[in-house]
Amino acid sequence: MTELTPVIEMQHITKKFGSFAANDDINLKVQQGEIHALLGENGAGKSTLMNILTGLLQPTSGNILINGQPVTVDSPTKANQLGIGMVHQHFMLVDAFTVTENIVLGSEITRGLSLDTKTAVKRIQALSDQYGLAVDPTAKIADISVGQQQRVEILKTLYRGADILIFDEPTAVLTPQEIEELITIMHNLAKEGKSIILITHKLDEIKAAADTVTVIRAGKSIDAFPVAGVSSQQLADLMVGREVSFKTEKQSAQPKETVLKLDNLTVKDARGVAAVKDLSLEVKSGEIVGIAGIDGNGQTELVQAITGLTPVQSGQVMLNQKDMTNKSPRKIIESGVGHIPEDRLRFGMQTHMTLVENMMLQTYYQAPISHYGVINPEAEDKMANRLSQKFDVRASGIHIVAGSMSGGNQQKAVIARELDRDNDLIIAAQPTRGLDVGAIEYIHQCLIDQRDAGKAVLVVSFELDEILNLSDRIAVINNGKIVGIVDAQSTNKQELGLLMTGMNLDEVKATLNEPTEVNTL
Amino acid sequence: MNSTMKQTSFSVAAFSVIFGLLVGALIMLVFGYNPISGYIALMSSAVGSMQNIGGVLTQMTPLILTALGFTVASSAGFFNIGLSGQALAGWVGAVWYALSFPNLPAYVMIPSALILGTVLGGIAGAIPGWLRAQFGASEVIVTIMMNYILLYTGNNILQNVMAHGIKESAQTTKQIGANATLQMPWLTQLTQGSSVSAGIVLALVMIVVIWFVMKKTTLGFEIRAVGLNPDSARYAGMPSKRTAVVAMAISGGLAGLAGTIEGLGNYQYFFTQNSSPSIGFDGMAVALLGNGSYLGVLAAAILFSVLKIGGLGMPMSTGVPFELVDIVIASIIFFVGANYLIRIIQKRIHEMDAKAEVTAEHKKQQKSGGQ
Repeated sequence: MTELTPVIEMQHITKKFGSFAANDDINLKVQQGEIHALLGENGAGKSTLMNILTGLLQPTSGNILINGQPVTVDSPTKANQLGIGMVHQHFMLVDAFTVTENIVLGSEITRGLSLDTKTAVKRIQALSDQYGLAVDPTAKIADISVGQQQRVEILKTLYRGADILIFDEPTAVLTPQEIEELITIMHNLAKEGKSIILITHKLDEIKAAADTVTVIRAGKSIDAFPVAGVSSQQLADLMVGREVSFKTEKQSAQPKETVLKLDNLTVKDARGVAAVKDLSLEVKSGEIVGIAGIDGNGQTELVQAITGLTPVQSGQVMLNQKDMTNKSPRKIIESGVGHIPEDRLRFGMQTHMTLVENMMLQTYYQAPISHYGVINPEAEDKMANRLSQKFDVRASGIHIVAGSMSGGNQQKAVIARELDRDNDLIIAAQPTRGLDVGAIEYIHQCLIDQRDAGKAVLVVSFELDEILNLSDRIAVINNGKIVGIVDAQSTNKQELGLLMTGMNLDEVKATLNEPTEVNTL
Repeated sequence: MNSTMKQTSFSVAAFSVIFGLLVGALIMLVFGYNPISGYIALMSSAVGSMQNIGGVLTQMTPLILTALGFTVASSAGFFNIGLSGQALAGWVGAVWYALSFPNLPAYVMIPSALILGTVLGGIAGAIPGWLRAQFGASEVIVTIMMNYILLYTGNNILQNVMAHGIKESAQTTKQIGANATLQMPWLTQLTQGSSVSAGIVLALVMIVVIWFVMKKTTLGFEIRAVGLNPDSARYAGMPSKRTAVVAMAISGGLAGLAGTIEGLGNYQYFFTQNSSPSIGFDGMAVALLGNGSYLGVLAAAILFSVLKIGGLGMPMSTGVPFELVDIVIASIIFFVGANYLIRIIQKRIHEMDAKAEVTAEHKKQQKSGGQ
């Protein structure tokens, strides 16, 4: 044996759901101390493969070898025993508990009838120091940052003796600075002999973190190779199976009259705390304004207030010089607002209804879809077919239940519906969250086309790449306030990242120690 | 996807009926009766005479309507337990009105009495709908309480408010006049004096009407959208509060119509009620077995009515007590409620099939590619 025995070897894994093969003869080999990226489009079969590895699903055929020994992983408990740990995308933490309490939950150290918290704290502190995680074991979850919460998730798996850590889209909720720290942590873990599987479709992160990458496309493993020496472009092309452009080509903006004007807007969140504070912003026709910020800084409430879903406490929402403050969602829609909501499944779709019914969600009561309250089935089918074609929505038919479509096609359906109404203002919140590069490219082009057609476009995103790629102007939101508005041409990720943490433009300039040409508008 | 979902709910219903009948058979066995002759007696009694067929149709009529009412409410995300009280509102109102205007011609009296009963039931349904839409009050609690309010209000109207002239005794009204009855002489004759009325035709028509409203109109679209995902309905600009109230009003209106037909068709009078009329609760059971399908509602209403009317013939010929029918109906509903269990059993069977196939294939491959 010249080759080292891999820590994990998944051989010829096939998983069929009915006649559909989610995984079709996939091979994956992970060496000890390696960061191995799993790259693939949405629906390529990454999650299915990882669910098989963590015991949530059983493969239809194929073998799993751990350290060269064939094993059956028939339950998550078994996966735990085999040293496989998962760092979930959505943290599974109890807010009111301390870091230690969360970590020991389910495998508490007891002394008689009471918990031995002291020993647990010591152990967690030791683990935290060993891997450079810098987490305070006695802090409450509610009091620590999202980045630290993720480290608690990492500690949780380490505490349970995991040697193989699976990171599922770990950077979705992090700031650029936190992402850098996470990558350092992953390198530390690998140095100490842990093996890491990184699931992502962000190519930069693979370049920065991973040693090896396995590309999965349409349920098959296409290729596995060292990351060094491969460009992001090559990775993207391999993943999608064709050439992909990252930078969406666009002309410079031709902003005209103001479409949306927000004056000193204050909005409370569901708990009654002010989430948007005295915020003012303008979006003109023919421009894309991006709102950059970390999740939970008032973006959701801001969008809901503009669209009439949440009451405005004070201030004004003006649309085409008309006061739309606290008008009903239907009035606002009818006045020419398209809204691609952040939560597609909760707001954007009726997942139990058909694609046709979703396509007519706002226009069902108008001609030609219905007359005198009776829906015309031919008209609705015609519209759904037209929209599906125009916006490349791929489904096995327009009468398919929307919830059974892939995420990318669901989002395209929402976008088709919202852009087709010929609106003056398009609000796109996280328009490409969870989608693969192919779909992202398409959706970005759609939004830029809207801008070029003279619409006002407001994009809210946690992805700086998306903000930078799309926007003409970027407004950074922190704690419910716009802390700075910069020109997309002359800013960079570093500057935006610092603004997102709440620094104002002057502080940022001082920190970066290089006065850039930033326009405060 | 859609058709497989429909298939699953149909097979859940079929499984439930079979299991329910098996439970009934088991209980008959335990108590020393012959289940086969018990069920034969039930069936032959249900369809054995024109009178009993008339009885089945009479039984079915309010069940179809209350089940439709329950289905509309649950499409909008409401659990309407108040069908019983809403039916009572229609019954009391329609009978009182019919007795108060004995001289109105039938072509004025009958439509106006039907509309009045429906509207009264609709109001009784709209109140809990509005309370939830406006204040978030649980419709389950409100409708249960309203059942009591309507029960005792109805009894009080009968005992203390109605004019003496239209009452037979303190506990019962007089019979409604010929201008208000829904019974038809030829139908009564055909069914050997059963109390079947034109109400059954009305109930069958309502199945089509409600199907049309729910599947083909903008109102039905709104009701379904609000029921399936209220956030998305609000996002789409639907008037979700108004839709919820309207859905509950339709639900209550259907129950009110059921009560009206009981009053003007089946009983022809009103009498002091000891408890909320059972048509409300039986209608829920029919709707649950029908599982949102309008044809399913019809089939379930026929089944339950056959069981109830046929059950009356069981004690005579086989000695099986009538109460057994209630056990069977309750078991069927239990299995519908436990449909999760049935789905799991079905899934397991599928998985075992799939696994067996795979192992067989695997073995074949190993053999052909063996060392």
